Parts: sequence; C-alpha cells; structure tokens
Amino acid sequence: MKNFRADLHVHTVLSPCAGIEMIPPLVVEEAAQRGIGLIAITDHNSTANIAAVQKAARSHDICVLPGMELQTREEVHVLCLFDELDQAEELQAWVDKRLPDIPNNIDFFGEQFIVDETGDFIRREERLLSTSVDASITEAWHKVDALGGLFIPAHINRMANGLMALLGLVPTDIPIEVLEISRHITLQEAEKKYPQIRGYPLIQNGDVHYLDDFLGTTEWIIEKPSIFELRKALRAQDGRSRLIHPLSSLIA
Amino acid sequence: MTHEMPTLDKIITALDLTLLTEPRSFSDLIPTAGYTSDLLSCVMANAAHQGIWITLQAHSNIVAVSALLDLSAVIITEGAMPDPGTIMKANQEGIVLLSTDKPSFYIAGRLWEMGLRSE
Repeated sequence: MKNFRADLHVHTVLSPCAGIEMIPPLVVEEAAQRGIGLIAITDHNSTANIAAVQKAARSHDICVLPGMELQTREEVHVLCLFDELDQAEELQAWVDKRLPDIPNNIDFFGEQFIVDETGDFIRREERLLSTSVDASITEAWHKVDALGGLFIPAHINRMANGLMALLGLVPTDIPIEVLEISRHITLQEAEKKYPQIRGYPLIQNGDVHYLDDFLGTTEWIIEKPSIFELRKALRAQDGRSRLIHPLSSLIA
Repeated sequence: MTHEMPTLDKIITALDLTLLTEPRSFSDLIPTAGYTSDLLSCVMANAAHQGIWITLQAHSNIVAVSALLDLSAVIITEGAMPDPGTIMKANQEGIVLLSTDKPSFYIAGRLWEMGLRSE
C-alpha cells in the first residue's frame, strides 16, 4: 500500500478565476515541492489543459488524474474525476452540447488560456466557462457514472456553488459516494454544522486557483492512483483508507 | 391580520398557475406568508410554516424542504420543470407543486397585491 497526499481539485489558466501562474510546469513543481503525489486537474466545464499538465508531470513523481469541475443547472459545482483522458473528453463532448454559448468577457471574468506543457499559449477558450451547463445534478451524475467516473460535490460548505447552500440536503435520488469540503472548515466543524451529511465520506481539497492554494491535507492509502482504488478507500475496503490531516499540522 | 388573505385556489386562478401535482380542493387552504429564494438552505432557515415558496429551483430537494416546513405550495417560476420523479415524490408527501413561465419577481409582486405578506 502507498500513501498519497492529494489535491484533487486544481485549476489551470483555463479557468477564468485562476491565477496566471497556474501553468502546467509550475502546477506540478509546486505540488511536488509540497510532497503532493496525486492531483486532479479540474477546470470549470473544461478538460482542455489536462493533457498539458499530464505531460509536464512526466518529469516529476506525480500522478495527474483527468477531471472537470462541472456546474449543474442548480449551480452546484461537482468534481468529475476519471482514470483516462478519453473518459474526461467524452464528458467534455456532452458538456459542450449543454454549455450556453456566452462569449467570455475577459475584463470581467478573466482570461481562459489553453496552453502546452511548457505553459506556452495555444489559444483562448472563447466561450464563458464559469456558467451552468444545462443539465441537472441528477443528469450529470448519470453521465459521469456511465463513463466510469467519480462524482464529488465540491466545497459543499461554501455559499457560492456549494451543495448545502443550494440544495440544503444531500440528494438521495443519486448515490453520492463522497463530499468535498473546502479549506475554510475542518472535518469536525463540517460534521457539526451539517448533521445532514452524516455517513457521507468527506475529503478536503485546496480548490487550487493559485500556487499558494495547494493543501494536501487529504491522504489516501491506496495501491495506486485510480478511481477504483479511491472508491475502495472511501469505503475503507481491503486495507485502503483516507484521512484528513488538520491544516495546522501542515503549516507547522 | 388586517387584510383578507387569499386562498390557494384564488391564487392559482389569478396567477394562471399550472398544477403539477394531483388535483384536490384548495378553497380552504390559506397560505400564511410568502417567501422567495433559490438557496434551499435559506428556505429551510427562513420560510414560514404553511407558507408559499417561490423559486426557480426544480431539483427534487424542493420536496424534502417543503415537507420539512409543511409548506402550502411551491411556485416554480420561469418555466423550470421538475422531473417526473420529483412530482411523484411531491404527491406522496402531499406537497403542492405549481408552475409558471413568469419570473419570481412578478409572482411575488402579484401575491403581495393579493394580500400575502412575507411573515
């Protein structure tokens, strides 16, 4: 069994709200320096920079899972994680049909850069990514599940786009396996504040928009980085597990 | 209460609302108050019991929240449509779901004109 400090919620310069420093080489370098061995690239409604980060990670001992932070019709943010880029790209094709064709207003939202593994500019994503896909959280779950992905409601404790604020309760019409909390709350605080999440495994990620945002508080004890192994860890099966370290223990 | 409160059947007729759940008599159902929000956490914290709730959220959790607060009815605005499973759940829970193409502001304004207040 191996131990992976992880941050499964990392944005790149493709997300309009992310810093210009979030280019592939700097993302993997920063994670490596912090001892984070597993990351997922999860730009808003887009997968276009995943391959570049995966290429940049070849020179480091870091696994990069393909992902997307999808925004549902209810405005809930959900991390969709996969093993293979093909799966994420299939989700992208589905999302592209449902993303409204609103041009990005760069002055207001920020730049949406598609880059190569060195961080060099390839092109701009012209459609605004920071908006809702025309699909319910239920429809999105069915799509991600059919593709073999893991569906994680993101930063459920946040007022903006968090599951608890928007939907009040964890939906029971879809089998939610895991919930993500943000850096703003501890595991204990989350369980106290939201009794309705009792019984759901929690993970914490940095929702990394700037290099300083990496957390690495969630440690996965798994055989190898894969969706299958993460699922086992969430269920504490076959010796797999996960734990959330207090943020303070990392700062010190 | 200084003014006469409208019954739910008067509201449905006046605002031309579509009933999504099973028909029943609304002539003796008088909502206590009105509330508008699309954040279900705020609804859970702030909507009045037996009140009427205006929202464009059509997610099935609107039924759970309505049952929790024993709401008189939910008016789903801007043509947002709950899925059949949500409507079925509402029928099981005895929750009244109404639909309109009009925006929430319009519905709230009309309900206010009819005498409904926020608490």
